[in-house]
Amino acid sequence: MQFSEQLIQYLLSGLSTGAIYALIGFGFAIIYNTTSIINFAQGEFVMLGGMLSVYFLSKLNFPLPLAILAAIPLATAGGAIFERLAIRPLKRATHLNLVIITIGGSILIRGLAMLIWGKDTHAMPTFSGDEPLNLAGATILPQHLWIFGITLLLIIGNKLFFNYSIAGKAMRACACNRKAASLVGIDVRRMVLYSFIISSAMGSMAGIIIAPLTMTSYDVGIMLGLKGFCAAIIGGMSSGFGTVIGGLLLGVLESLGAGLISSGYKDAIAFIILLLILFIRPQGLFKKVETERV
Amino acid sequence: MNARFSRIIFIILSIVLSTVSAMAASPIKIGALFSITGPPSFLGEPERNTAQMVVAEINKAGGIKGRMLELVVYDSQGDATKAVQAATRLIKEDKVVAIIGPSTTGDTMAVIPIVEKAQIPMISCAAGIKITEPVKKWVFKTAQNDSLAVARIYEHLKKNKIGKVAILTVSDSFGSSGREQLKNQAANFGIQIVSDDTYGPKDTDMTSQLTKIRGSQAQVVICWGTNPGPAVIARNAKQLGLKLPLFMSHGVSSKKFIDLAGEAAEGIILPSGKVLVADLLPKTEKQKKSLLSFVKDYQNHFKAEGDHFGGHAWDAVMLLKGALEKGADTPAIIRDQLEKTHHFAGIGGIFSYSPEDHSGLTRDAFVLVEIKNKDWVLVK
Repeated sequence: MQFSEQLIQYLLSGLSTGAIYALIGFGFAIIYNTTSIINFAQGEFVMLGGMLSVYFLSKLNFPLPLAILAAIPLATAGGAIFERLAIRPLKRATHLNLVIITIGGSILIRGLAMLIWGKDTHAMPTFSGDEPLNLAGATILPQHLWIFGITLLLIIGNKLFFNYSIAGKAMRACACNRKAASLVGIDVRRMVLYSFIISSAMGSMAGIIIAPLTMTSYDVGIMLGLKGFCAAIIGGMSSGFGTVIGGLLLGVLESLGAGLISSGYKDAIAFIILLLILFIRPQGLFKKVETERV
Repeated sequence: MNARFSRIIFIILSIVLSTVSAMAASPIKIGALFSITGPPSFLGEPERNTAQMVVAEINKAGGIKGRMLELVVYDSQGDATKAVQAATRLIKEDKVVAIIGPSTTGDTMAVIPIVEKAQIPMISCAAGIKITEPVKKWVFKTAQNDSLAVARIYEHLKKNKIGKVAILTVSDSFGSSGREQLKNQAANFGIQIVSDDTYGPKDTDMTSQLTKIRGSQAQVVICWGTNPGPAVIARNAKQLGLKLPLFMSHGVSSKKFIDLAGEAAEGIILPSGKVLVADLLPKTEKQKKSLLSFVKDYQNHFKAEGDHFGGHAWDAVMLLKGALEKGADTPAIIRDQLEKTHHFAGIGGIFSYSPEDHSGLTRDAFVLVEIKNKDWVLVK
């Protein structure tokens, strides 16, 4: 096999994993930008999306599209309830408190999922077949196209929402300055709730579109959440272009690292990048691209 | 009305009788230490279920020499510190005569100094070769050594004149122990490892590693891991159109793997304990009776398929039962009797312990199976 073909395969594999990281990273960024807390429970919504679809699909025998349509609102409701019960009641909590609460929340959600669905890994059928597609000597699955497509749509949708809708603009105002936003009549707490709803919906969608490839279990959220977090950090926690590039970059570097250097260092690569960025450019790689965030 | 009355009488009688028989002889206390929760719960849960099931069956049949067995189970959560605490408690407070478990090699290694000091026999359900090599006086084990599974695969490759393999192992204790064995034994079978890769236990995409393997000269791929990693690898291999035959470890020898890998599981060959293929085994097979009774009991009790992890606990309890039946009642005599176990046909294999060998199994403990039409077929 030609080296160039191998390289294309590494790139394609990396981009498809990277798209997932980007999608999860997006959830981190949205919540960070409206509340300036980092929601470490983000990975759990990814898990919820996948597990709920599997549950509807195999236990209640829903057809696939219906199972997905049922899973997303339920996981999203989970996000809203989490905000209501764990984040909102806290008066004058410091950011550190809130971050720790999200970690506690993630452990709780994971524990509940384990009790309800057990510890097994579950498989989910692909959306449109298992026949690999050939692309310049490399192969991808139709599911990868779904991943690219849905990620792209969600990112465009977000861009439109944050730039052109009143709620989106209000959420950005909260990110700039909470106090000023509330002075001009924006209900900051409602915006925080919105941000949780949007990010848990996105997380659950990410969980659903990758479940056919990676399978799902109660504890998939931990690693995916961390990788998404890396992506968001590389992108400087911007809810835009930066996180997407961050995710793709992370996926490609991991894949190239595993293929060309050693697969043993795959996760190390992600976390070394995370540390380097935090040390050298804590504002993210693409600060100039996104200057609205303060 | 009459039927109901007689049922009540029956219940009262049975309660009275059971207390009488319990008073007649104090129960024999056995400790059990499994990782029922935590990451290795896929081992500990079936082991606990099985141990409780076997003990219940033994008691139903009248116990051992008129004495009931009492099983005290603690959860180590796959955490060596908790395992040590629980073992100490079993010995000091519950005053058990023997311990079954722990489920993992890590937990077992941590507990060994305690049982050695307290002089309590322990039958571990973990696979690590370190547990019984070198031999520890009070420690036995039932799970097959990884080295036997590796030998079984290599033997098959040698027979088919395949010399170049790629290995892809998971970066946890199971995978690294397998990797070590794969590397150590390769030369004995004239096999050359041309590509040596690993993946993380939670990794979701292994196409990079497989692409690298495709570029190497390997004739087969041997993957060593537990679910879900190997299922992802099988699917990735299919996606890449990888033509190389795929071998897996006994870590995925359960129906679950076939469920997860789906179509991609077809044609994969792996070494497995005999429990999976119990009904396919020839009648001459010595273990067949034990295997079928284990499978049937497990099905009755838990409405689930008994796997070979549960089998490790079955073997441990039955080995202990064998020792107790020979009249052993103190820890020291139980140990001596265990060591004399000869040709006991259990689930994991045919056990023969000796002062030099506390793992007791040979290569025949494994059979090679191939996945065909979503089921197992014996590889001749």
